[in-house]
Formats: sequence, structure tokens, C-alpha cells
Amino acid sequence: MTRLLDALRDLHLTGVKEGCGEGECGACSILLDGRLVNSCLVPLIQAGRAVIVTIEGVAQGERLHAVQEAFIARGGAQCGICTPGMVLAAVSLLERNPHPNDAEIRAGLAGNLCRCTGYMRIFDAVLDACRRLDNDSR
Amino acid sequence: MHVGRSTPRKEGRSKVTGQARYVDDLALPGMLHGVTVRSASPRGLIRDIRYAPGIPWDDVVVVTAADIPGANVVALINDDQPYLADGRVNHAEEPVVLLAHRDRSLLEEARRRVTIEIEPLPPVYTIEESLAAREIIWGTDNTFKKYLVSRGDVDAALADAVTIVEGEYETGAQEQLYIEPNGMLAVARREDGVTVWGSMQCPYYVHRAIERLFNLPTERIRVVQMETGGGFGGKEEYPSILAGHAALLAWKSGRPVKIVYDRAEDMVATTKRHPSRTRHRTAVTKDGRLLAMDIDFVIDGGAYSTLSPVVLSRGTIHAPGPYYCPNVRVRGRAVATNVPPHGAFRGFGAPQSIFALERHMDRVAAAIDMPPAELRRKNFIQTGQTSAVGQVMRDPIDMPALLDRALELSDYHARRARFDASNAAASLKKGIGFAAFMHGAGFTGSGEDHLASVVTLEATVEGRVRVLTSCTEIGQGTNTVFSQIAADALGIDVAAIDIVQPDTASVPDSGPTVASRTCMIVGKLVESAALNLRTTLDGAMGGNKDFTSACREYIQQIGPLRASSQYHAPAGARWSDERYEGDAYGTYAWAVYVAEVTIDMTTCEVQLDDFVALQEVGRVINPVLATGQIEGGVAQGIGWTLFERVVWRDGRMANAQMTNYIMPTSMDLPPIRVFFEETPYEHGPGGAKGIGELPMDGAAPAIANAVSHAAGVSITEIPITPERLMALMEIAVA
Repeated sequence: MTRLLDALRDLHLTGVKEGCGEGECGACSILLDGRLVNSCLVPLIQAGRAVIVTIEGVAQGERLHAVQEAFIARGGAQCGICTPGMVLAAVSLLERNPHPNDAEIRAGLAGNLCRCTGYMRIFDAVLDACRRLDNDSR
Repeated sequence: MHVGRSTPRKEGRSKVTGQARYVDDLALPGMLHGVTVRSASPRGLIRDIRYAPGIPWDDVVVVTAADIPGANVVALINDDQPYLADGRVNHAEEPVVLLAHRDRSLLEEARRRVTIEIEPLPPVYTIEESLAAREIIWGTDNTFKKYLVSRGDVDAALADAVTIVEGEYETGAQEQLYIEPNGMLAVARREDGVTVWGSMQCPYYVHRAIERLFNLPTERIRVVQMETGGGFGGKEEYPSILAGHAALLAWKSGRPVKIVYDRAEDMVATTKRHPSRTRHRTAVTKDGRLLAMDIDFVIDGGAYSTLSPVVLSRGTIHAPGPYYCPNVRVRGRAVATNVPPHGAFRGFGAPQSIFALERHMDRVAAAIDMPPAELRRKNFIQTGQTSAVGQVMRDPIDMPALLDRALELSDYHARRARFDASNAAASLKKGIGFAAFMHGAGFTGSGEDHLASVVTLEATVEGRVRVLTSCTEIGQGTNTVFSQIAADALGIDVAAIDIVQPDTASVPDSGPTVASRTCMIVGKLVESAALNLRTTLDGAMGGNKDFTSACREYIQQIGPLRASSQYHAPAGARWSDERYEGDAYGTYAWAVYVAEVTIDMTTCEVQLDDFVALQEVGRVINPVLATGQIEGGVAQGIGWTLFERVVWRDGRMANAQMTNYIMPTSMDLPPIRVFFEETPYEHGPGGAKGIGELPMDGAAPAIANAVSHAAGVSITEIPITPERLMALMEIAVA
């Protein structure tokens, strides 16, 4: 069985990372028809006709997404290995809930493990991204 | 000025866009994949290796110990660990056979069809069994290393004392759990030599290990660090093994070979934090003055010595903590067991001995009916006093002020009183506790002198400056902090600094990326090399040209513009390896951490409500990065204290999965509130001290003290799982 994770990486979409291969860490997170999923748990055959967004598709050309800018500004990325999945989790959260509170941010990122940051800079980055998105839409 | 500002992470853009290249993102034409066949037995003699039919074995590259061209030894401190077991195995999961093939699924099948027949020998699994020495599994007495620190007359002080408080404390193994598993890609040909690319902290450790393994001249080896997805010590020594394995397969096959561990293999086979057992006997006066500290500190090194001697050294020196006591004895021992070798993990022995000490200090306070803060305050070491290993503390220290501020920030006194009043009848009991501690930065003792690290800076005609160092970015911020330091020393913008990818073919040996040394020790070399470069440039071109034109003209008229700097110990620093005495570290960072907890008396789950981390770390180079270092270290400490339990079964980790080895998620952590005091350190770049390991030391004792306060029982062992806490409380009730 080919996993969606392997198929994406074979397409040189190597921003999709394998951290555990059992759906625990979220490093392989992608958006599949707009939903955040662990691509290590999705058989390729189930992804037929789906619209898939990986980290490679989050920035518009050279222009970073507000979440990406906020992660850089607020120290949300350290070693970077969880970052693609974490950024997608944050993008997905803010699409569903543009103004999450602390508990909602924590719950929204609960499927993505980070061993470096202790999450605090990531929470800060998500709040910062909310402000950036508000300013953009004004 | 850039130092002191939160300059954004240098490689941040490549990380948030997924463009950063980790070793598993590399592929070379004709590349094979490699796997490791490991011992299923914890100890025994290899009688046969069989390759079952059903696999085209002629098409599979097979490497055993017999194929090793040089020494079958992982070069580190002692020469006791083989790359591939030869004749005997000393731990489960010990590598015996390596296989490579282009098809990964066939390879997995092939691995299952190799049988290693082992005649078992009796294994030793615990510190107690190892110390009992009924079965000798290493050397003459199962002991990798011993230290004895002795100051004053401990026996006389104990004999005279009215109050002696004893305690025994244990800490468990901990998996580093970097989210990127270990991985290496190697190319090796007799005519060219060996090149490896991989995930690592210490390129020159790998370089020297490959040199011995292949018996090749140093210039025919090249080690390149790829973007590294976390290390925390777990990529300090182990990458030397994996790089050697990939290179052996590449050497035999003539093809590039990549080995990337899956999560289960990484957890079950690579190093973890040393389990420990510490015994304290403390003599104290009625008014709270420490008279004698007698400490017996033992760590479980696993089957081979790896870094255990130096882990033991740091743990031993930190065992008496930030206190002055006239009579101190610390006996440190690292012992062998038949489990995979334990190794470097952030804090490097200090979190273990500090956990024991800071739990014990609360119990000493209770024994003389004194508040825990008051006992500490009476005994903090002060500037000018001498530590247990004979280091005169020359730098300013103000632990009482740190303690006061931390207790104020956490509203400690009011809360402690409130919880005391409300806990008796409550089904949710609350507690608050703290720990006071320090962490020495840089290698222990004469380590930095032996390393004699070098950094080189090189200017280009475009007016850019390249920093050449073997210190690696593993998430902690090396690239950014070095850029800030270099930019300020050169008087140019931080955007004009480039950090060269660590590659032993082009960067000098700046020592390993460990021991909270990168910013303080190597950052200082960056600073002095930058000052040298600027002086050379200004001397030749005059100081009034703009930097870019000056560089261009210098290079065109005179030649390459480079400057290097090499480590020399600060004047007056002295350490004796023979007497194990002197200036153990260049300086120390100091801290007080406070934890507030709630215990659900029905489930015995501990919830953290608040965490205050206050530290004095010299000048903070980059506040956002420094805060992130503290928060991340505290989170790992919280995991070690409450969640992360390695379950051992017959010398193997039985829960080698993220599903049942539980690290903190975003839902599990309290607000971690980070505060700094900044007392500039004379010999650090811009006044900075080391920072990376410090936050690993304080969480465990602070939380254990808070849990002990809330539950009214004495925690002596971590992790504090609900099962363990329930058993303790049942004993207390019964």
C-alpha cells in the first residue's frame, strides 16, 4: 500500500515530513479537500480527485502567508521539522475560526507535536497571524 | 546594534515554507537504502547468522563486522563499542548485520529473514544489579567511571550533627524524541574516500569516527550537516554510528546508501537520558545551616561507556547545587547494564542530580520545621566562596534576589498559605513548589582547552561576511545568534552575514554543538574573529571607506580577507584532571523555577496550572530565541517529570511509539512564564552565558516539590505517573 505521504514526497513535495508514521506527530499534515489530515495514514488510493494543499502551496509565490510571517517573527519555528505541519494546522484553524481564544488554539494544534518550543511561541505566532489577517482584510 | 534584539531566525523562511533540506529530502542517482539487523538478545555469544531463502541475496548488499576496513570501534572516549557486534552482543538492538537494496519493501522482508543465533549469557538490567557485581559485564567491576569530590571532613561533621536527613531519589530514562529521526546518506569509494550527509550536532565527532572505521587519512573524509530536525543531545554521539553504517554499505556496494530510521527503531535503538539513583545524607543545624552533604550519585550507562564518563562528571559537579557547605562529599559512579547505551540529553547528568538535591532540600527544611525558601536563602553560595570542587566563584551571584523575585512573580507565599488552608477537604488539591539551581556553561574542567576550538570569518568582494564554524544549527538559533554577534563586531548589517553550511571539508573544528557552549564559547570566537577581520581591514584600507568598497579593494589589491580565532582559557582559570578540582566551568547561569499544580484526588492526575522560570544568563543576545530555548527546555522537563516513562522489558524499550511514550502536546502545558536577569559575563560575546541546558534542570524538582506539597506525600521518583502517585497516597493513608 502506498501512503499519500510517500506519493507526495516522491513528487519532491518534501516539505511533508515523516515523524512517526502512525498519525501521532502531525509532521506529515496536509490539507485534503480543506481538512487537516495526517498523510501517513491516508492510502494513496483514497486521495483520488481530492484537492491537496501541502506546505509548498501555502505561500503565494514569494509572498508568505500571514501564518508563515508570524511564525518567523514570533519564534514559532525552531528546528523546523514540525513547522510545515504546524503551519498548516494553524492555517486550517484560522480558516475555521479567525479569532480563536487560548483554549481553541491549543485544541487546534493538539495533533501536531513540537519538541523544541514548548508551544508558547507557536501560540503567540497564531495570535499574531490573526492580527495580520485582520489588517490585510481591512 | 543587533545583540539584544529579536533578529528573526536566519533560516526561518526556508523552514516555514518547507524548503529547508533535511537528510531524508536528499536522493542521489543509483542510491540504495540501508537497514540494520539487530540483536534480539540482551547479552550472549553470536553462534551463527543465517539468511533464509526467498530473498535474492546476491542482489542484497550484506555487511558484517568482517567487512570493516579499519577498526571496529566507535571512536569517542573509550574504545569499547563496536560498529557491528563481532562474536558477542551486550544489549538488545545491538547492530550485527547491515543490508542495502534499492527496493525498501524487499529490504524490510530481507531484514526479517536474517536470523542471528545467540547463546544467551545472564543479563544485568538495573543499577542495583550492576553494583552488586554478581555478574561482571564490563571491565572488572561494571563501573565505567568513578569520581570523588571531597571537601572538609564530612564524616566528622556527620558524627557531631544533631539533625541528619537522609533520602534516596530516582529518575527514569528519557527519549530525546526529536521529531526528525536519525538519518545519514553516504558515498564511499576506495579511490575518493568517504562523504556523509546527515542529521547531526557534531560533524567532527562523525569525521573522527569515520577516520578510525575506515583507516583513511583525514582529508579523504567529508562530513556535511544537513538541516537537523532537533537534537537535544540525541544527535551528539549516535550519528557517528549511523554514518559509519551507511558508509560501510556504500563502501561495499560502490553506490550511495541512505539509512533513515523509522520512529520505532530510533526510539528502541538510540541513546536516552541516563536513569539515576541518588542518596543524600545531610547534616543541618536547628537554624538551617548546612553542615555536611554526603551524596552518592549513580547513573546507568547501558552496555557501552559512550559519553557516560562526562555525563557523570557534570552530574557529580552539579550535585551539591547552588549552595555553600563546608563539608561535602560526592561519590559519582557510572555503571554498566545490558540495555542500549544511554547518552547525551540536554542537561547531561545535571538534571538528575539537581532533581535529587532540590527534592531533598525541601525534606531537610521540613525536618527542621523551616520554610523551604528560608533554608535555601541561608545557604546560597555567594561571590567569593568556594564550591565543592574548589572553584572560587568570582562572578557576581545573587541567588537571594532571584529567589525573591521568582516567589513574587508566582505569588508563592500567598498561594502556599491559601492551599494549606483549603486542601484538607478538597477533592482537587493544589500545591506550589520551587527549585533553585545553576548550570555550568561549556565543557567541564579542561575540556575547552583540549578542544581548542577555531572559528574563521571570510569577507567577499560583495561586502558579505561568511562565518565558518562546525557548530550546527539544530533549532536553537546558532545561525541567528552568530550573525548578530558578527554583525555587531564588524559594524555591518546582520543581513550581510552568511553562515556557511557545516562541512568538514571547508569549516574549521569549532568543537561539538553541546554543553551550552555554542553561544558563550564559540560565539565569543565569532566575536573576536570579527574584530580581527575589521582591524585587518581598517589597518589596510583606513577606517573611513564603506565596508563593501573596503572589502572589494582589499581583496583585489591584497588578497583573501580572512580572520580566525582560537579558544584560550580566560587568564587565571585552572583545573586539575588528576585531583578533579578547580574551575569546573567558565561561569554558571543561575535560576529559580516555580511550579503550581492541581491533583485530582480521584484519578491522581497532576495538572500544571502555572510555571515561572526566572534565570540569570548574562546578556540575552536574542530575547525571542532565548525565551524559546527556556520554554522548550521547561516543556521537556515537564515531560520527564510527569509523562515520559520508558517501559523496560528484558532490556528493551517496550513502548517505542509516540502512541504510548507520551511527550507533552499543546494541551498539556501550563503557561510557561519566562523572565531574565542580565548580569553581563566578562568572557561571553556581548556578555552572554550559556543557556540551552539550564531550563532542563529546574522543572522536575519544582513540580515534584509542588506535588509533594499538594498531596502531602514525599515524591522521590520521576516520572510522577498517576499510578505511582496513587500508590504513594494509599501508603500514606494506610
